[in-house]
Formats: sequence, C-alpha cells, structure tokens
Amino acid sequence: MSDVTLNINGITVRADYGATILTAAHDAGIYIPTLCHCPDVSSIGVCRLCLVRIESRRRPEPACRTIAEEGMVVVTDDPEIERLRRVILELILSDHDFNCLLCPKSGQCRLQELVNRIGFKEHRFNRLDRVAKDLPIDTSNPFFDFNPNKCVQCTICVRTCHEIVGNDAIDMAYRSYDIRVSTFADQPLNESACMSCGECMERCPVGALVPKKAEYPNREVKTTCPYCGVGCGLYLGVRGNTIVRARGDDESPVNKGNLCIRGRFGYNFVDSPDRLSLPLMRAYDEFTQPSSVVEVTEEGRPVTLPLVKREGKFVEINWDQAIKYVASSLAHYKGEEIAAVSSARCTNEENYLFQKFTRSVLKTNNIDHCARL
Amino acid sequence: MEKSISIQSLEDYKIGSVESLRLLRETIFADQQTTGKLVSVCCGSGCMSSGSEHVRDAFVRKIKDHELEDEITVKKTGCHGFCERGPIVVAGPEKIFYQHVTKEDVPEIISETLIENRVVERLLYEDPVTGQKCFHENDIPFYQKQRRIVLKNCGIIDPTSIEDYIKVDGFRALAKIISQMTPEGVIEEIKLSGLRGRGGAGFPAGIKWETARNAPGEEKYIICNGDEGDPGAFMDRSVMEGDPYSVLEGMMIAGYAVGASQGIIYVRAEYPLAVHHLSTAIARATDMRLLGHNIMGTGFNFEIKIVKGAGAFVCGEETALIASIEGKSGRPKPKPPFPAIQGLWGKPTIINNVETLANVSRIALNGGKWYSEIGTPTDKGTKIFSLVGKVRNVGLVEVEMGTTLREIIFDIGGGIPKGKRFKAVQTGGPSGGCIPEELLDLPVGYESLAKAGSIIGSGGMLVMDEDTCIVNIARYFLDFAQNESCGQCTPCRLGTKQMFKILQDITRGRGKPGDIEILLELSDAVKQASICGLGMTVPNPVISTIQYFRKEYEEHIHERRCQALVCRSLIFYRIKDYRCKACLKCLQACPVDAIIGAKWQVHEIDQSKCIKCGTCMEVCPKRFNAVECVTGLTEVLRDQSE
Amino acid sequence: MDIERLNKILAVFEGERGGLISILQRVQEEFGYLPEAALSLIADFLKLPPSQVFSVATFYDHFYLTRRGDHLVSVCQGTACHVLGARDILETAENCLGIKTGQTSSDYKYSLERVACLGSCALAPVVLVDDEVHSKMTVRKVKKILTEDLDDTETRT
Repeated sequence: MSDVTLNINGITVRADYGATILTAAHDAGIYIPTLCHCPDVSSIGVCRLCLVRIESRRRPEPACRTIAEEGMVVVTDDPEIERLRRVILELILSDHDFNCLLCPKSGQCRLQELVNRIGFKEHRFNRLDRVAKDLPIDTSNPFFDFNPNKCVQCTICVRTCHEIVGNDAIDMAYRSYDIRVSTFADQPLNESACMSCGECMERCPVGALVPKKAEYPNREVKTTCPYCGVGCGLYLGVRGNTIVRARGDDESPVNKGNLCIRGRFGYNFVDSPDRLSLPLMRAYDEFTQPSSVVEVTEEGRPVTLPLVKREGKFVEINWDQAIKYVASSLAHYKGEEIAAVSSARCTNEENYLFQKFTRSVLKTNNIDHCARL
Repeated sequence: MEKSISIQSLEDYKIGSVESLRLLRETIFADQQTTGKLVSVCCGSGCMSSGSEHVRDAFVRKIKDHELEDEITVKKTGCHGFCERGPIVVAGPEKIFYQHVTKEDVPEIISETLIENRVVERLLYEDPVTGQKCFHENDIPFYQKQRRIVLKNCGIIDPTSIEDYIKVDGFRALAKIISQMTPEGVIEEIKLSGLRGRGGAGFPAGIKWETARNAPGEEKYIICNGDEGDPGAFMDRSVMEGDPYSVLEGMMIAGYAVGASQGIIYVRAEYPLAVHHLSTAIARATDMRLLGHNIMGTGFNFEIKIVKGAGAFVCGEETALIASIEGKSGRPKPKPPFPAIQGLWGKPTIINNVETLANVSRIALNGGKWYSEIGTPTDKGTKIFSLVGKVRNVGLVEVEMGTTLREIIFDIGGGIPKGKRFKAVQTGGPSGGCIPEELLDLPVGYESLAKAGSIIGSGGMLVMDEDTCIVNIARYFLDFAQNESCGQCTPCRLGTKQMFKILQDITRGRGKPGDIEILLELSDAVKQASICGLGMTVPNPVISTIQYFRKEYEEHIHERRCQALVCRSLIFYRIKDYRCKACLKCLQACPVDAIIGAKWQVHEIDQSKCIKCGTCMEVCPKRFNAVECVTGLTEVLRDQSE
Repeated sequence: MDIERLNKILAVFEGERGGLISILQRVQEEFGYLPEAALSLIADFLKLPPSQVFSVATFYDHFYLTRRGDHLVSVCQGTACHVLGARDILETAENCLGIKTGQTSSDYKYSLERVACLGSCALAPVVLVDDEVHSKMTVRKVKKILTEDLDDTETRT
C-alpha cells in the first residue's frame, strides 16, 4: 500500500497507509504520551492521554485510534491539549497508590515516565481528594501478584489475555468507579482459568501486575526454550550466575516475544539443589555394582523423589560407569525389543543425536519424546 | 374482491393488500358508529398507580350488573399526560373529563353521565386561577397551549387494540409509502420535514437514514431506543404504553426507507407495561400480517423483536445500546465508525428514539411539508416535555418548538405551588443545565437552549422553587453521573467521581476556596476528553449552575450558608425562647431526644444531638411558631456567642 | 441450584444470537438472583468465556449475584422524587427495615434498592414494593407501609 503524508506539529511526516497518528508520530520521533496503548494488541483509546488536535475536527481525537490521512494537520501539544493531559494525569494519580519507593515497578513504570514527560507541578499532587482504595492484593498465583490498588484500568492485560493468549481468564467487571480487572466470580488467580503465562504481567505498564521475584538481571543471554518442541526464542536475564528472569525474544519468528508458563517462569530447575549432576544407580543391584561408588545417606543430599519407587538406595556413579552399564545392558536386546524415550530438557542437538543413535545403532523406530508435538 | 368484512371474523382477519386495510378501517368505523356509549379509563402507569384498574373493574362489574353491556363499552386507554390528576375517566358522547376518580364514584358516573347524560360536577377539574370547572380535556389550561401530534392517540385509543389504531388512520401512512413511494422519496420527505432526533443529540433523522441507506450491505437494522434513562423523564414510556402501534409503524417506515427488514425495540425493564403493550402490538400486527413477510402484498418484509434493558443509563448511548443487544457490557465505543455504517453485528443500523419514530408515522401520513410548518424556522415540529418538580400541573406536555419556557411552566404547568417563587428550570436531565428566571422567555429549541448552557435532551423539565438548593441539585446529578459512568475512560470515571466529592464536600459544609475553579477545570476536561456522549454532557449541570448561581456556591463555601435550607450540615434548628410556650409538643416528638426542657421550662435544642429532621418545626403549633431554621456561619457564631 | 430448571430456560435460547442478557434476565426471574454455578453453565451454553459472562452480570444494575429478600423495596431517586424529598424517604426505609440500601435483611425477608427513575414522576416521591407502586410518599406514609403493610402480606400468605 502506498504511504500517506501528513503534518504533525509543522513537520511533514510519511506514514504507512492505515497507520495511526500515534505510530506515525512515534516513528518520526515525535512524542505523544499514552498509557493504554500497547503495540501488540488492538487500541481502544480509553486513557485519553494521547488526545491530539486535528485540524477541522471539533474535538480532540485519540492518536492511538485515529488513522493518519493524507494531508492531515495534527498538533500534539497545544496549550489546551497539555492542560487536558495534566488534568487527566492528575485524576489518575489521585486514584493511584503511589508509594513508588516500595514499588517493584519503580523506574520502569509508564506512569512515572508520564509524570516526568508531561510535567507536573507539586500542588497538583494534593489538590484532589486522594482516594484510599483498599482492595485486597491477589497473591495466589505462584509467579506474579495482582495489586488492584495500582491498576490504572488500561485493560492491556485483558486485551492480552483475549487477543494474544486466547484464554480470556480475565475481563473488566463492574462499572463506573468500581470497574476492575476480574476473573470469573472474583476468584483468586490460581483458582481461575488463568494459565499463569504471565503475558499480562509482561505488558502491565504500572505496578499492578508484578513478578513475585523482583530481581533485575544485569545481563541477558539469548537462548531457546528447552521445554517443548515449539522452540520459542527467549532471553534469560542473569544476575551474577543465577537466572532471575526470562523474557520472550521479540525477533524470534517462532513466538514473536510470547512465552508460556514454562518458558517464562520454569527456569528454577537450573539452579535447583535437587538437580542431579551425576548418574544414579540403585544400590542393591549387585549385577554391576562398581567398587568406587559412595552410598547416598539420608542425611546427605536428598534423594530425588520420582526415582524412589521401590525400596533400595541410590548411589552416584560417574559417566563412564553409567555408559558402560547401559551399554552392557542393552547388549542383551536388539531391534524392536528396545524403546527409547528422550527428554525435552536436552537440547535439540542432543535429541537429534539420540534419535539417530536409536534408529541407526539400536535399529529401532521406537523412539519418543516427552514433549512430542 | 371482498366488499365487506363481518365483525365476527375480525379476530383472524389477514391484511393482504392496501385495499383490505382500507376495507377493514371502514368496517371498524361503521361498527363503532353503531355501538353505544363509551367510557374510557386511563390505564397508563401513572393512573394505574393511583388505582385506575379498580375503577375499570368497577365499571365493568356495574355495567354487567345493570345489563348495559350492549349500550356502554368500557375502554382502557393510554396516558393522558396529566398523571397527577389520575385516575382519569372520560365518559359519554360528550367526552366529559373526570379526575381523581375512585371506584366509589363509578355508579354515579354510570347513572348520571352515561345514562342521564348529566355531569358529575365534583369530579371535574377546577381551574385554580379562575375557579372555573372544566368539562372537557380541551377546556383545561394544561391542555390548551399544547399541540398534540405524537400524543394525539394517547388517552384516546386502547393501546392493545389494533382495530382502534387502524380506526385513527393507523398504518395508512405505511400503506401509502410501501405501495406508492420509493425509499429515496421517503428519505426526502423526512428531510423536508426537518425532523431531528428526539433522544437528545438532535441529529437530523433524514440524514441518518440516508447514510444507512447508502451504506453497503444486504442486512440492515432499525433499532428503536426506548431506554429512557433520564431520571425525571417519562415521555417515551407514555408513547410506548399508550400508542405502541405508532412506534411499530414508524419503525416499519424507517425500515422501508433504509432497506432493513429487522427491527429491535430496546426498552427499559423498569417499564413492564410498555413491554407488555409493545409485545401485544407486535403479536397482533404479526397475526394480521402487518408485520412479517410480504406486507400488504408489496414484497416488503419486516419483523420486530423486543430486547429488555438491564439497568444502565449509558445504554441510551448508541454504541453502548448495540453492545448491550449483542449481549455485552454496555460500554460505548469511539465513533467513527458510526452505527449507520457499522452498527449491530457490524451491519448498518439506524437507532432512533421512540418519540422520533412516533413522529415519523405522523409525517408519513401528512407529509414533510406539513410538519416543517410546525414550530420555528430552525426547529420543526413539536417536543414532549415531562414537566416535573415544583410545579402545579405535573405531567407530560407536548408543545410546538419555539414555545417559551414561561408558557410551559406558568401557562401549562400552572406555575409554582404554595405561593413560592420560581428559581430555575433544569432541562435535559443529567446531560442538561439549569436555566434561571431571567431566561424564562427563551423559546425551546435545540440551539436556543444550547446557547443558554442546557439542552432539550430527551425532554425532562425539572422546575425548582426557592426551596430547592442549586448546589444540592448539581450534587444529585453528579452522583447519578458517577454511578452511571461505564468506567472505561479516565476522565469520565475519575473526573465525575472527583466532581461529586467536591460537591458533596460543599453541601456538607467542607467547601474550600478554589473549589469552584477546580470544578470548572474538571468539567471542561471531562467534557472534552471523554469517549462518549455521557461524559461529554454530564458536567453540564455543574457548569450551568455555576454560571447562573455562582453566588449560591460561594455562600455555601465561604459563609456555610444554604439559603434554601436543604443542606443539612449547613442548617440548624433553634427555639426562640421568647415564643416558646413550653408545651412539650416538640420535646415529645423529637426522635433523638435532643430537646431539653420541661413543663413551664422553655425548650432548647441540644445541637450535638440534633439530626436536623425538622420534626420540631413541623409539630410546633402555628400560633406559637417558636422553632426556626437558620443557616450561615454568622448565625452559628451568633448562636455560640449567646 | 436446580440444573433441570436452568437447562429448560437455556433450551429456549438455543441458536439465538447475542442472547446473554435475555438469558440472565430469565434465569434471574426463575431463581431470584444469578447463582455462580448458573453463570458458568450459561457461559458453557453460549460458548463464551466465563469471565465475560461475569463482566456482563456485574455491569448491569438489575443483576444480583447474591440471594435477595422475598420483598423488594425500591425507592425512586429520580429528579422529581429527589426535589420532593426522596432522600428522606430512602433514609426512613433504611431505618424501618434495618438495612442499608443495596442490602438484604439477614432473614431474607427484604431487600432495599434505590432506582434511578420509575417514570412515575407525576406521583413523586414514589416507592415500589414488589410490583406495587406507592405514590406521593411522605416519611410517615413510608413508615406505615414498611412496618404494617409488609407484615400484613406476611400473615396473609
């Protein structure tokens, strides 16, 4: 489609056909404040902060919903518009619990940014009645908390759950001043249809939806999610030598920045003290018990639960011993007698090698994978 | 072709052509010519609440007792508009107008008026000014200055009887249009009439129709907006209850003009009688094949269903109403796209108010030119107002556009009762403004009222006298607005809340200097920045009251004075010791024992206990007149110094 | 909750578009309020997300999610009623019934509501007890209606 040319604040701007004024302005480096706009989901224009003056229109229009037209003349910040924005911001702040110092979102909060950008005189902080909203914080979800007292009703979370996740676990319930994000029948998140993917949390512009683990990473590592065959691209945020956060890779053609509960929150296994670092073998198995093994005692490292189905203790052995044991055991069987199951925790390369080994060395197609898709 | 219809076969008579409608009308005429006397009992909601159903039952019973069924017919009609005087009965060939009729009056009306053709004087309306008795509806000043076009059938016909409606030229306009006119011709006619939407915004109906007609798409919808949410307004209720077929006919005409075959009437659930009458009307019209497939053999199809509202004022807004019909929360969507292009289920949709559609059937019958000659050059036709509040004649009045407010309130409404002074009139409900005394000669019209800071709106007209506190009224409307805001957009959700809080503070004696300025600033932001018509207009009551009654706000804020003695935190009662005869009356009546005193000991009010209910003032014998109600900071100070 | 009764209502709406609000109205007529279990079944029936059904049920004034009293007392707060003292009427009703507006008495006998406007403005102030309109109310009349009349209907039924 052809482009359109419009005039924003006296600057000639070219925009894609069908682009909104907001996109056109942002692409041209012109700032228009907004709170409820999120490029990943549809715009609904409810925060009213992106109102701009368009020549020949009677009322100011929301830039996030108004399509740029050829020859349009737009002013983003005349005194009238600035005044409206200040009043709207003042109203939002009068309704917001802004104990910023204790807020995990501080520094990354869109509302803070707006206050800085729009400019706010001190007297405005106390001019209106501060409403002491005292709604209970929903901490039921194991990964993130929902604090309705900090919610600005931008509905980005609702739109995300509907448009991106398709789960519709939340919607805007009630009306007027009582309007709020709610699950069905006001259930706590962990009892609701919520799948804890955290997509909403990722997009929340303020401190209403925040991760329980509020550590900031100091570097990021790009990798692929090991959980299933989709292979979502993700960035692991690392602090020291510990993973503290995961986020979807916007550039990844597979997931375009989105993640599910496993990819986003399921990285704890990496540093789990329960994680096995050596192969284990059942202690009573006399058949191949190597001489150098050390028994694991009850007081020592706890034995991993899923493995202790029968009596008998596990012992740690080294990789050479383990491979030797498996090879000698496998020698008793051949072809279709053997079945192989591999793990999603392994890398794709490892899985590839495993199936190759199964098919060409063990000579069987009985191969499966826990996340077969 | 058939030449006549027997009345017995009317029940399952089907109208298959324009000709058969004419035939039916003539038959009904001939039949009712021969039947005897008629007594009509108003069974509108107003009269029903006053007991008109018992009156009707009494008529039926007595007439049966006297075996007069063949001579006297009892008919129930819709609202006369003069609900305050209900139950209303119109009796006999002379059409004598009786008011406040009870079932005990029934035998007398039967024997005197219906049999002897005499008048029962004591049930007549008496003009409070001249003291003259009025025999007929038209003699009453309340009706004299009205011009009833939309309400012409209300109170005359039985709203559930399709025969009654056909008799008063019902469906004639429809027949003419679908058999002789093109849709474009109909739209031209509506444009020529100058009809504007009666729901509030006043958008020209013809242009709306044309937009929907030209919008691409096979499927289109006509929605009748009967979600009359403005508190204090009930004109749509009366039309739907009293003349439902007019609404159906208007919708069908709109359907033909726009190219729609489906209509939906959205009615408030608070109006059960309207729902009942409309459903009956739809069922009867469908039975007679006046609704449905191939109407009158012209190939025009139209069907109508009813959707009940679920209690949200904002659903009067077009996009919210559509969302509600689609089964969603009634949250307005930004326009464009306009419903006329993308409405219900994404299809072109016309939403017209009840009164607008009732007007359409009148225009279609008499022509656009006829209609355009009523009213003023800029505002055509008539408008129904619901005249309520501190006015003698409370009720529905339909006047030509351009009638002055003074004529409506004083000539039709009979002025302010109890000798009180007029203070202001609030028009347009929560979206409108207050108009002070000096603008009473303003002719009603869309632009003239807008210029005065108010709107016609749906037609609510609240009269206030000197005992009404303006700040309290503004607080009332903002309370309503903040409850009814859908809550999605910031300025409306939080702005109305803050405005309400400030107004509440002022009425509670906690007003601060600068409050008025903040109110105005918030009003402007809510007006300019809100998404929908609700947010754009709800600050109007505040803006207009500050404009005309700023002094009263200032008195509340700076002097803690409420001149109207309404705001409880700003008034207090005290007993004038020199007038108190220590009669114990107030002492015994006080619900909270706040009065100190005894026999032979002058009474005194303990202000810390007083809840300001006013009981003491009410019970103090008039000849003593010892209790007074005072307001204002100076009064408080004086009292404390004493 | 009687699932049979609910299914009977739902069957009527089979295949109808946008019927959510009508269904909620019918279900409330039947059960007096909207039980949570009914809401999820309605969501299943319409193939809508339960959260959306909840959103609609909480948006509109007429829907109740908790059990109501046997008698519903609604005090009109329309403009006409307001200027003629509807606030006092509401306060009196609160005192008489011993509950606040929007509440239901603990014995489930009464619920008290405010309504925006009943459209009976000529008869202001108006109080609606169940389906009966009481017009031109005064504080004294309300007291009488709410203390005597309701008890009468109690003993009659």
